[in-house]
Amino acid sequence: MAKAKKSKFGQDNLVGVLMSLPGLILLTLFVIVPFITAIYLSFFNVDFNMVQGPQFWGLEQYRRILVDPITSPIFYKALMNNMTFALIVVPAQTGLAVLLAVMLNAKLKGIAFFRTFFFMPVVFPMSLVAIIWALMFSRDSMGMLNGLLNLFSFGYIQPIDWLGDPNIALLSIALLSIWAGVGFQMVIVLAGLQEIPAELYEAASLDRANFWQRFWNVTVPGLRNTLIFVIIITTIFSLRLFDQVFILTKGGPIDATQTVMYQAVTSAFIEGNVGRASAITVIFVLIIIAITLLQRLVLRQNREVK
Amino acid sequence: MSSATEQAKKEVMRRIRRSRSPKKVIKTFFHYMFLTVVTAIFFAPIAYMLIGSLKPTAEVLDGINGFVPKNLSFNNYLQVFATFNDESMGFLWRFYTNSILVSFVIVFGGLIVNSMIAYALARLRWRGRDAVQVLVILLVILPFEAIAIPLFFLLRDFRNTYFVQFLPFIASAFSIYLFYTFFIGLPLEIQESARIDGAGPWRIYRAIIIPMSKPVFASVTILSFLGAWSSFLFPLMMVDNPLYVPLPLEIQVYFTQPPTDWGPIFAFGVILVLPVMAVFLLFQRWFIQSVAASAIKG
Repeated sequence: MAKAKKSKFGQDNLVGVLMSLPGLILLTLFVIVPFITAIYLSFFNVDFNMVQGPQFWGLEQYRRILVDPITSPIFYKALMNNMTFALIVVPAQTGLAVLLAVMLNAKLKGIAFFRTFFFMPVVFPMSLVAIIWALMFSRDSMGMLNGLLNLFSFGYIQPIDWLGDPNIALLSIALLSIWAGVGFQMVIVLAGLQEIPAELYEAASLDRANFWQRFWNVTVPGLRNTLIFVIIITTIFSLRLFDQVFILTKGGPIDATQTVMYQAVTSAFIEGNVGRASAITVIFVLIIIAITLLQRLVLRQNREVK
Repeated sequence: MSSATEQAKKEVMRRIRRSRSPKKVIKTFFHYMFLTVVTAIFFAPIAYMLIGSLKPTAEVLDGINGFVPKNLSFNNYLQVFATFNDESMGFLWRFYTNSILVSFVIVFGGLIVNSMIAYALARLRWRGRDAVQVLVILLVILPFEAIAIPLFFLLRDFRNTYFVQFLPFIASAFSIYLFYTFFIGLPLEIQESARIDGAGPWRIYRAIIIPMSKPVFASVTILSFLGAWSSFLFPLMMVDNPLYVPLPLEIQVYFTQPPTDWGPIFAFGVILVLPVMAVFLLFQRWFIQSVAASAIKG
């Protein structure tokens, strides 16, 4: 028995452990320990500005974030903004990514040239993207976007206050996020398209299916798993929204662009309220886990259907 | 943009000469028209930055005239070089070397650390392997934002250093996962015969696995580089000494400091993105393949 066990791990045991150790130590120190710390701190009142040490608060932080009539609305406002942002960005960006990928998945000369341009924003750091768009979004008639709208509407559309109007600010943030991110999704969708067997299209053509029939009956089913993946990462990306908001609007105007991450970071970093920030982090992770489980569920159903 | 239009026209002419179906020609024409228009829309903000970086600040913010290239000069670039040339503002070359150093350590450290553990998970038998496998899969879904705040809390005594900027990012569950799925797919025969010839796992990893895995090493390099080079949230919390600030954070600092001089800010943006853009244009095929490989479909 002892011999069998030895041969099961054998000579590899030591090497295996040694080769995993650096990665394992780093993951433990910088991912697992911080996450456990977040759970731990979320039960305390920890404040950088406080003279006394941490006080045990139990679930008070969660009560203030989720239940308290005075302190909870701001969190729900932030969560709603994330959801609204996701509801705008996920369909718009996925739809655009599919459209661009289908247009690029053609045997035409110079396709790679166009692909380069669609993908280019992906190599721009988000901070730079936000700053370029800060200028595009300038509010009066001197703004680039307002100038373009004015030109193409023959002066009909009046200058828009892209980042200062509470009804429009989140939409503006969504617009620049789509510009920055769609190239990434497009490439993933393009790879998905190229996996669809050409015979399916040939068969559809023999059946005299037109473009839209082929799109809905061959392309979309063939892309199903790719699309689920793209939708999930875009949804999670929508929940992570921070850089653009921090640089362009600081959560304003009147909390129109507050987000969960912005709340968490400002609680910790500006107010020094680490307990609250940690509790928000824990809620954030629970939401992400819920979304991922949902993805697993949908994918499993898909396999069973097949 | 004009070259795109020209290309489209040329292609259409070629098709007209060759093909006899007018319907197909019209279709191709609209196909190119669509691609050209979308390209113009996508490139507009970049063109705006490029042109604006060469114009006097007063003429950058001027509606669509911002696109008109006139009064071009390198004055904005000279101003950026002059501004970031002392201890209090920081040094431009220093922002660069900060970003390069931090990204380099994250990418190279990550290639070694993550490929080693992925190989051990994929090909070796050791105590605790199954548990580590589950752990890695669980951690793949955890975005950095989920641990940013406790990490800031735990490491707040080490602000304004280099190691705090790279150490937490070397090990990456996502990179391990990419390596793992690639290694699992490699043919076993060569590894088995090397083993019969007396090669140990370490030797097999170095002499057989690494040379066979260039595509996944390229993918992980590009994906982790893009993340590291664009890093913003963590430097924002951990670094405020201009001697340690990376480029993406510094452009935000520059943007926030009054007066907002658009010309030099755009010049700074071009300086920031130009090397990455050059690398992207050179290795475009690899960039696109890496992103395509990042999709985990179930």
